[in-house]
Amino acid sequence: MLAMNYRGPLRVRASQKPMPKIEHPQDAIVRVTRSCICGSDLHLYNGSVPDTRVGMTFGHEFTGIVEEVGSEVTKIKVGDHVLVPFNIACGQCAFCKQELYGNCHESNPQATAVGGIFGYSHTAGGYNGGQAEYARVPYANVGPTIIPEGMDPDDAVLLTDVVPTGYQAAEMGGIQKGDTVVVFGAGPVGIMAAKCSWLFGAGRVIIIDQVDYRLEFARNYAQCEAYNFNEIGDPVLFLKKETDWMGADVCIDAVGAEAAGNAMQTITGRKLLLQAGSATAVHWAINSVKKGGIISIVGVYGPTDNLIPIGNVLNKGLTIRANQASVKRLLPRLIEHVQNGVLNPKGLITHRIPLEEVSDAYRIFSEKLDNCIKPILISPSAGL
Amino acid sequence: MENTTKDYSHIKGWGIDADPKNDPTYPMKRRTNEEHLGYSWERPTLQPQTVEILHSNERPNVTAVFGTSTPPSGLSGMIRRLAFKKTENDYGHWLPLILADRINVVEGIIEDLRSGHVPNIFAEKGYKAEWKYNRGGLLRKAAVAAILSYGVVAYFRAKKKRKHNY
Ligand SMILES: NC(=O)c1ccc[n+]([C@@H]2O[C@H](COP(=O)([O-])OP(=O)(O)OC[C@H]3O[C@@H](n4cnc5c(N)ncnc54)[C@H](O)[C@@H]3O)[C@@H](O)[C@H]2O)c1
Ligand SMILES: [Zn+2]
Ligand SMILES: [Zn+2]
Repeated sequence: MLAMNYRGPLRVRASQKPMPKIEHPQDAIVRVTRSCICGSDLHLYNGSVPDTRVGMTFGHEFTGIVEEVGSEVTKIKVGDHVLVPFNIACGQCAFCKQELYGNCHESNPQATAVGGIFGYSHTAGGYNGGQAEYARVPYANVGPTIIPEGMDPDDAVLLTDVVPTGYQAAEMGGIQKGDTVVVFGAGPVGIMAAKCSWLFGAGRVIIIDQVDYRLEFARNYAQCEAYNFNEIGDPVLFLKKETDWMGADVCIDAVGAEAAGNAMQTITGRKLLLQAGSATAVHWAINSVKKGGIISIVGVYGPTDNLIPIGNVLNKGLTIRANQASVKRLLPRLIEHVQNGVLNPKGLITHRIPLEEVSDAYRIFSEKLDNCIKPILISPSAGL
Repeated sequence: MENTTKDYSHIKGWGIDADPKNDPTYPMKRRTNEEHLGYSWERPTLQPQTVEILHSNERPNVTAVFGTSTPPSGLSGMIRRLAFKKTENDYGHWLPLILADRINVVEGIIEDLRSGHVPNIFAEKGYKAEWKYNRGGLLRKAAVAAILSYGVVAYFRAKKKRKHNY
């Protein structure tokens, strides 16, 4: 089958690989109908996640038609069209039972700090992902969810990650009615976080990035204010002034390890790998939130250390909340929101690229070419 | 929910200010405190290990399910095996893994060549898209690279000449 194949930092290609097999009685094999490239894939693409092995297939956002199921699979059957949450979760461990599906203890042998994630290096379990014609889906009774009748597969594929992550970013912000929310990062996740902040009653939503077309997109899509951090002087001072010198109630980091904006962070975090990525966005978030405020982190960082002003967290009495999104926990509510037209996920999709052109697709998304917001990959056997 | 079976009656005031509503993890987590009982849940069926799986030494075993892509091999595999002797808390775990990743890239090129495939690194890096959507940027980059390499060559030429003069 055709699959994305990682060859090294900034080098990926589509090539023939063996078909996935049932390896566990709760496995299913799906024929992939849609898959996306995510900001999280860029951390792998740039070579900054330890234990990213050459030959692996990435892709943690995908939908597919069930082709085969293992002997213990009862919740889905051959022929079902399912959306597959990016977390691999057993549903049985103490953490899954508490709905921490992003923190399962039975899906990633390689790291206790990270749950299992499709196509996300061995630090997240060593699974091949969905940027392929077929994929192995473990714990098929837990994760995969039948796409509701009438739902567009383009909406469904964004329910595997972007929508729940954006929503959880806002949810973890503990937003109260009238709160000012600042979202760092106007990628798909940040834009969705800005959009969802309104659902929790935000009084004002501000998004910060440096890519003008993304800021423009965010203004329209999420009906929020949008500022280019290269044009506002020190973003922290700007936000203080914008909030009558108080700071925002809630700051959301939807950037993660690839952050720009601070040369020292970029050099130590992205070039020299002395930190687990550049921590510029979380740094700004801590310094621009008000006293007693809340920081919500969904931007992804590596497993080692980052330079952040922890002293200010202490002195300002901040609460930091962070996690990989718990997709399964949020799906019922979010499916409702999509069906009722409250959220329009597929509105984020700007590019549909054949899987054969995966090298170009990564480049376009990574370098923000051709006004790209969210690219989806269509495999030759998608069939729809 | 309480899972505490122990008796704390000998500790005066034990639990008198406990407030289940004061839970900063809500709604992320529906607290059951099952983990207070330790690693004792009924585990899923165990996936047979058909390839070498390294596991963090911060857990006693391999998880019930795991990925089997790209098992450790070659020199990078040897380094990965050593890395997994160190905890996730230790640089001695993560830095060797990054080193192994870089060595693995070279192994990948050798593997490609062995199987008669010369990797097209320009195509793999998506330069076609860069050429289509960012020609100016690409040309600028190429020009800078050309000037730099010209500078380097000129420097060494000049040095060589000077050597002759001495
Ligand atoms: N927690 C989760 O479950 C989860 C799920 C999906 C994605 N993520 C993470 O969310 C982050 C965003 O994902 P995405 O797909 O939107 O990625 P993306 O790369 O498309 O977007 C990131 C944006 O941040 C901008 N940016 C860079 N530095 C900045 C700064 N200092 N301040 C403000 N903006 C800055 C970039 O220009 C870019 O537009 C990534 O780190 C990704 O790994 C987390
Ligand atoms: Zn993602
Ligand atoms: Zn679990």
